[in-house]
Amino acid sequence: MDTIHACFKEKIGEVLLPGDVFSFRLSESGDGSIKTEKIICGPGLRRNGEEVQVCKSGILRHKQPNMYWIDSQQRRYVPAKGESVIGIVTAKSGDIFKVDVGGSEQASLSYLAFEGATKRNRPNVQVGDLVYGQFTIANKDMEPELVCIDSCGRANGMGVFGADGLLFKVSLGLVRRLLAPQSEIIKDLEKIFPFELVVGMNGRVWVKAKTVQQTLIVTNLLETCENMTSQQRQTLFKRVAEGSL
Amino acid sequence: MAKDGAAKLSKNLLRMKFMQRGLDAELKKQLDEEEKRIISDEHWFLDLPELKAKENYIIEERSYAPCEDLVFGRMSFRGFNPEVEKLMLLMNTHKEEEDDEEEDNVSRMETDITDEEMARRYESLVESMRKKFAKKRDRSAITKNKEDVNCDAVDNRPKKAFLKPQLIFV
Repeated sequence: MDTIHACFKEKIGEVLLPGDVFSFRLSESGDGSIKTEKIICGPGLRRNGEEVQVCKSGILRHKQPNMYWIDSQQRRYVPAKGESVIGIVTAKSGDIFKVDVGGSEQASLSYLAFEGATKRNRPNVQVGDLVYGQFTIANKDMEPELVCIDSCGRANGMGVFGADGLLFKVSLGLVRRLLAPQSEIIKDLEKIFPFELVVGMNGRVWVKAKTVQQTLIVTNLLETCENMTSQQRQTLFKRVAEGSL
Repeated sequence: MAKDGAAKLSKNLLRMKFMQRGLDAELKKQLDEEEKRIISDEHWFLDLPELKAKENYIIEERSYAPCEDLVFGRMSFRGFNPEVEKLMLLMNTHKEEEDDEEEDNVSRMETDITDEEMARRYESLVESMRKKFAKKRDRSAITKNKEDVNCDAVDNRPKKAFLKPQLIFV
């Protein structure tokens, strides 16, 4: 097990390219102890028999105890199971809604997958509504499926939202920075004025503030955050905060 | 009924219980084995060597959410949407509780009413129940003594006993 981690450890923080391979030959004697240690390959790493191959270019990251993944940038979203995304309802057909999530295919959302929905009591969802839901099925072979309840049947904030506000698209890297546990961007934004934010992992962000002008200010700040260092961002936010007050 | 020898009786008949009572144990075993062979011939099975599933110690994870510990996607700041703020606390403490499983924290249950409010309500509830079941004379005493929290003032009046009505001759 040490050989496995050692193979990875020397490359943590380095840029890797698709085609790089981590292979570890296990000695027969130490089989029992090694097999109990599991390694979790995150996005960008793929298992190929007994090897791990890199399939996206980026920097190798590590989380204790045994999680490795490639940190890369992209704008195109690929649905993954368990992720919460913002979708736009495009069609109602029979018992399901077709929802556009920005992937290669439209996802399907059953009308029973809302809190308190039964066959008689249909949810109030129209074409063009914004929906915040999670993927239950998302692989390359099948059409992705969304649900707006969790495994206990509670909504937990998912479902139709947003009467007003503005929806716009950002890159996936920025979305991950916004959703990080102690996000600096969020902390700086909080100080400016009160607003509401919904972030979908498919790169879509919805903002609502008290006036249209404030909404547009927040939108512009988020869009420009992408290409700025934290210093530049903080000076910009300070200027905006002073300007608005 | 044919009075033939045992050879002419059909196999099914011989397999019946009443025909086997007279048999020896060995003969019984032989018949059992024959039966099993017949059954197993009819059942289909794969003629492959036993394959052991290799234990996978590399797990693939397609989503970034567990890797980077991403928080819940709906957020509200400075009280813009109080329901969403409540949700944020709920979902994010849920996640933190999963992380803190090693520490022996007796986490407080999430309540709708705070403890102080509960204590206040309980106090007034006890008061009103006491009043309800108190006698008329004591009810006024309770309202008088409400200020006295420590029960310092002791009621020293003698309890009025029943006086039998007597005729008084003037």
